[in-house]
Amino acid sequence: MLPIAAVAHAVEIDYWQYSYKSRVDAMDRLIAAFEAENPDIKVHQTTFPYAQYRTKVAAAVSAGEGPDVVQLYYGWLDDYLNAGILKPLSEENFPAAEIEKDFFPIVHNMKADGQYFALPTAVRSLGLFWNKKLFREAGLDPDIPPKTLDELADFAKKLTKHDRAGNIIQVGITIGPIDQDHNWWREVLVRQFGGTPYNADNTKVTYDDEAGIQAFDYYAGLVTDHKVSVVDFMDKGEIAFKAGRAAIHIDGSFALSTFDRARRLDYGVAELPTYDGIKSNFASYWVNGITSKATGEKREAAEKFLKFITSEKAMQLWLDQVGELPARRAVANRPENRDNPKFGPFIRGLDYAHSTKFYSEAEQRRTVVDMLDRVVLNGMSVARSLRIAAEEDQAIIDKARMK
Amino acid sequence: MSIDKKRAVTAWCFISVPIVYFILVRFYPTLDAFSISLTDWNIVGKKTYIGFDNFVRLWHDPVFWQVLGNTFEYLLLGVPISLILSFIVAHSLDQIRFGHGVLRACYFIPFLTTAVAMAWVWRWFYQPVPVGMINLALGQMGIKQLDFLRSTTEALPAVLAPAIWAGLGFQIVIFMAGLRAIPQSYYEAAKIDGASGFRILREITLPQLRPTIVFLTVISSIGFLRIFDQVYNMTQEGEGGPLNATRPLVLHIYKAAFERFEMGMAAAQTVVLFTILLIITIIQLRVLKNG
Repeated sequence: MLPIAAVAHAVEIDYWQYSYKSRVDAMDRLIAAFEAENPDIKVHQTTFPYAQYRTKVAAAVSAGEGPDVVQLYYGWLDDYLNAGILKPLSEENFPAAEIEKDFFPIVHNMKADGQYFALPTAVRSLGLFWNKKLFREAGLDPDIPPKTLDELADFAKKLTKHDRAGNIIQVGITIGPIDQDHNWWREVLVRQFGGTPYNADNTKVTYDDEAGIQAFDYYAGLVTDHKVSVVDFMDKGEIAFKAGRAAIHIDGSFALSTFDRARRLDYGVAELPTYDGIKSNFASYWVNGITSKATGEKREAAEKFLKFITSEKAMQLWLDQVGELPARRAVANRPENRDNPKFGPFIRGLDYAHSTKFYSEAEQRRTVVDMLDRVVLNGMSVARSLRIAAEEDQAIIDKARMK
Repeated sequence: MSIDKKRAVTAWCFISVPIVYFILVRFYPTLDAFSISLTDWNIVGKKTYIGFDNFVRLWHDPVFWQVLGNTFEYLLLGVPISLILSFIVAHSLDQIRFGHGVLRACYFIPFLTTAVAMAWVWRWFYQPVPVGMINLALGQMGIKQLDFLRSTTEALPAVLAPAIWAGLGFQIVIFMAGLRAIPQSYYEAAKIDGASGFRILREITLPQLRPTIVFLTVISSIGFLRIFDQVYNMTQEGEGGPLNATRPLVLHIYKAAFERFEMGMAAAQTVVLFTILLIITIIQLRVLKNG
């Protein structure tokens, strides 16, 4: 217990994040540890449902209320900067050179005008999940996942099952652009076929070329040519994989906890399949920044707190408690993390991961969903559907940049 | 003060509370929507007046026209099908004594069920194998499965079916009340004259049910024009897909308002919807009353 006098003079700061049990619990533990080290600072955690989170923060901060330290999705940074919600982190406490040396390169997106505005505790990347039991049934080695895109299609064919009427009752691989596939297509497949999704400053769509067509042809071909999948099979790929009705599934590291809870699911995790020897991955993350509301001693306390929750110690706790990957290389590369059979493939994927600068994640994702539907449902050509998607995507970018 | 006056004052006292409520919660926002429709507003910032730009954008937006087409498809399929079905059921129920109460209750229960829960159950009915009940049955018989919600042509009727089913109970009860109100003496007279069952239906039952039919047509038209719950819950991520094939106007408004925070645009669409509802209701009242 702290002496009452110390508490009375404590600086109080507010921390906001969205409600997700394991994250809130982990943060509670971090706060307790932080307060033990800094008895003169008190941190209040407030959480909101994910659906309302973004609007709540925007409304509260613009009204001069709201948190001192706030958690935000990396893709929202521009919006927050434009709204003047965030203030840059001080060079004294967060030297840019050190950040660039210690954190994974995707964190560079948090830099604007040479200054860092926010830092992550944890990051997420994509991996390939495979069902060992189904591999065995299909006569495949249950310990060898597909390593290339060609192998992936090949394995998936052997792993697809039909009923008497010819309907697919077990998919070789899940196809669900509305889930993680849109990221797999944009940042992984496009790059592997020799293209880039967007130009260097993320203002122009660049996947509408030969590489993009080939990448999309491969993706759509899994459904239309190889017939190894059904779009949104069993409503969601995650459900199908959990139920043992999908042999291969591509998802984020956050799916690990779901699959670990599933009984009788014997699965393995691997790095994403390569093509032409090219590796790529998609990473996304939540970052913590300091708002313009925090000034004076509150700002000092907020920086101290931010430093604490982005420390190596905090990251290991976050990995153990929440199952999200450490954003610092040193923690990620600890042998027990990097060689972990479950986390390892995701951590190794971070070395070559890209993150998309979304202008509107939901709308941009929808362009991929519709792009696939036009081919699968309406029989449109891959090239034409891709062109339409690129135009829609460009329109979303242009509209967001006009504001 | 006379007793009459006192009564009137008391009545006004009671009525004024809901009136205040309606003015604040219904009429004021409705009127406000008209002015918002002329602005660019993201719900937190300042409103900028932009004249009729939102309406011009709507006019040039192919998705908006598709959505409007869907909305009318819901209306033109939903109203006749639901009215015919509910009339047939009500008419048949009216003829039987045994099990009458139980049957009526069975038809009414869907009306009491939460639309969301029902939509999800139907969503799973429609799934491809190995989940969907309907396709599972087809598969057992060796018939190739139907795409239902994963088809640009079948999805809209598939979404409409539970909406019709849910509204049926209400329509049946109203039809039965209407049927009961027809004097028995008409039927007795017709029987003595030797009229056929079809003739009785055409010349006595249907004309006598005119007020009931007018009421149900207006109410169900408004209902189908405002369809939302079923589409939101039965389509992937509530998008009204695939490829906007099932998206109705109300869902389109919701997306504009609460996902993209384009309040001006959303208000402009509400104004369009309001106008359509108004015109259709006036036409229906005219045609069906004076016909």
